[in-house]
Amino acid sequence: MSRVLAAPRRARVSRRELSNFAYGLLFALPGLIGLLTFVAYPVFASLYYSFTSYSIIGRYRWVGLGNYVNLLTLDDEFWNVLGNTTYFVALSVPLHLVVALLLALLLNSRVPGLSVYRTLFYLPSVVPAVATAMLWLWMYHPTNGILNSLLDVFGIVGPNWLGDRAWAKPALVLMSVWGGGGLMLILLAGLQDVPQELYDAAEVDGAGWWPRFWNVTIPFLSPHLFFGLVTGLIGGFQYFTQVYIMTSGGPARSTAVYSFYLWENAFQFLKMGYASAMAWILLMIVAACTALVFITASRRVYYGGR
Amino acid sequence: MGIQVSGSAVAVRPARRHYRASVRAVSTELCLIVFAAIFSIPFFWLLTTSLKTYPQIIAYPIVWIPNPLILDHYVQAFKIVPFARYIGNTMVIALLTMVGAVLSNGLTAYSFSRINWPLAKPLFALFLATMMIPFPVLMIPQFLVFRTLGWLDTYLPLIAPSFFGHAFYIFLLRQFFLTIPLELSDAARIDGAGEFRILWYIIAPLAKPALATIALFQFISAWESFLGPLIYINSKELYTVSLGLAMFRGEHTAEIGPMMAGSAVMVLPIIVLFFLTQRTFIQGITLTGIKG
Repeated sequence: MSRVLAAPRRARVSRRELSNFAYGLLFALPGLIGLLTFVAYPVFASLYYSFTSYSIIGRYRWVGLGNYVNLLTLDDEFWNVLGNTTYFVALSVPLHLVVALLLALLLNSRVPGLSVYRTLFYLPSVVPAVATAMLWLWMYHPTNGILNSLLDVFGIVGPNWLGDRAWAKPALVLMSVWGGGGLMLILLAGLQDVPQELYDAAEVDGAGWWPRFWNVTIPFLSPHLFFGLVTGLIGGFQYFTQVYIMTSGGPARSTAVYSFYLWENAFQFLKMGYASAMAWILLMIVAACTALVFITASRRVYYGGR
Repeated sequence: MGIQVSGSAVAVRPARRHYRASVRAVSTELCLIVFAAIFSIPFFWLLTTSLKTYPQIIAYPIVWIPNPLILDHYVQAFKIVPFARYIGNTMVIALLTMVGAVLSNGLTAYSFSRINWPLAKPLFALFLATMMIPFPVLMIPQFLVFRTLGWLDTYLPLIAPSFFGHAFYIFLLRQFFLTIPLELSDAARIDGAGEFRILWYIIAPLAKPALATIALFQFISAWESFLGPLIYINSKELYTVSLGLAMFRGEHTAEIGPMMAGSAVMVLPIIVLFFLTQRTFIQGITLTGIKG
């Protein structure tokens, strides 16, 4: 019955469409297999493990919400690492954005040696994380490090950066800003897309530097800043290597960040189920933060009329 | 009257404007110099420390310019840790994953940008969404899968995933493929060329810069990767450069000189590569920021 009705209305799927579908699927296959095995399966498997006491060795059983309840109510270390990570993200992401924007603005001018400066600001971001960690470990050395020696020149007695509970986190933030040149390049490219006519028009209207910056530059850069904010948030929650190499979470667990504790649970204490619960809490935090940024920023992000 | 007033204003303005512009240029240059100095301190410190004698390394107040310049720490670094071997190991991983990344992402991005099929857009959106998933969420099940396969302490867990696409690379390549006129493909199709032929003979040659960017990014990511090797590799002879460098922290804390020399050895290839491929590099980064 339906066949009779449908047949005259809509022609059968054409051979062209069929072959396109087949080729589309065929070419996308490597990516799709990867998506299924290395992303989709792990996401749901870790959800399953998070409800068990899985530990590689020995048997495991279903514990329901046990891991989550333990994490949120009994595990003080969980709240400690969550606090440390929030501190790190809340400080490093905005600072990173501001520094990248400042450098991009400075580079968006016609002064001699521009490409040299650009290279220099970008270079730290390609330095491998382990090498960065080793290098800054030595930079932050309380007596023989260059940082405190420079402060000494100005008569300031520098702190024992990585050995001091109060200074260890700011030290990591400072180091992460040094390696943030990627966003600077993106912002610079964005700045070069701002139509000069708009600046000229604003100037004719008597707008000073700040109004021009606030009403022309920032709206045009907002998609790029937004991109920096989202990637910074996601990256910040995964901060691991530097902590592993430089502090192992010390002193007194003041630099133990979320991913570090997750790794400890999974691969040091072999509490895979417990670590999976942490992973899912992390996923929900990241999703919530990203959604929040999307909702609050989407009205303020200007996509050039598109 | 009105004309005269505006005439005099025009006469005054350029001079003041010129003055203001030059003040701005000078202050911009000064700011850039200050920032450049700050940003280069770590590089300066890395290089000078690696070339200092041990007494000068631990001297207080610090020695700014090493005298004499020595290369002993570099020799030491290669003796303390079998760095040459680790560089070779990392190169094997890097080269194989580069091949995997170019092939798998090239094919997948082609499907999402050059073939007109109904799932191209929704699937691409799905890939984009997966970029938000933090690696720690995937880490444990991936580890358990590779463990079941008996792949622990081999390079397979580090290499195999690269042959199955990567959301960020697919995004980057798709952006680039979209800039190539569709008429080129259509003309080839009329001439009877199949999709593989079109990809191989038309799209790939035109997308060389983008493919080079993928290869470059993949090389760097393999070179600096730490968490993956840390989880999967146990045998010391299979270590990568980053694991080898981390050994300085674990077992040889007192040896700052070799530690800095080792770090310099790890940084140098990346910096050289950066200078050789600067344009490709910057293109790749800025392509990331373009909205699609």
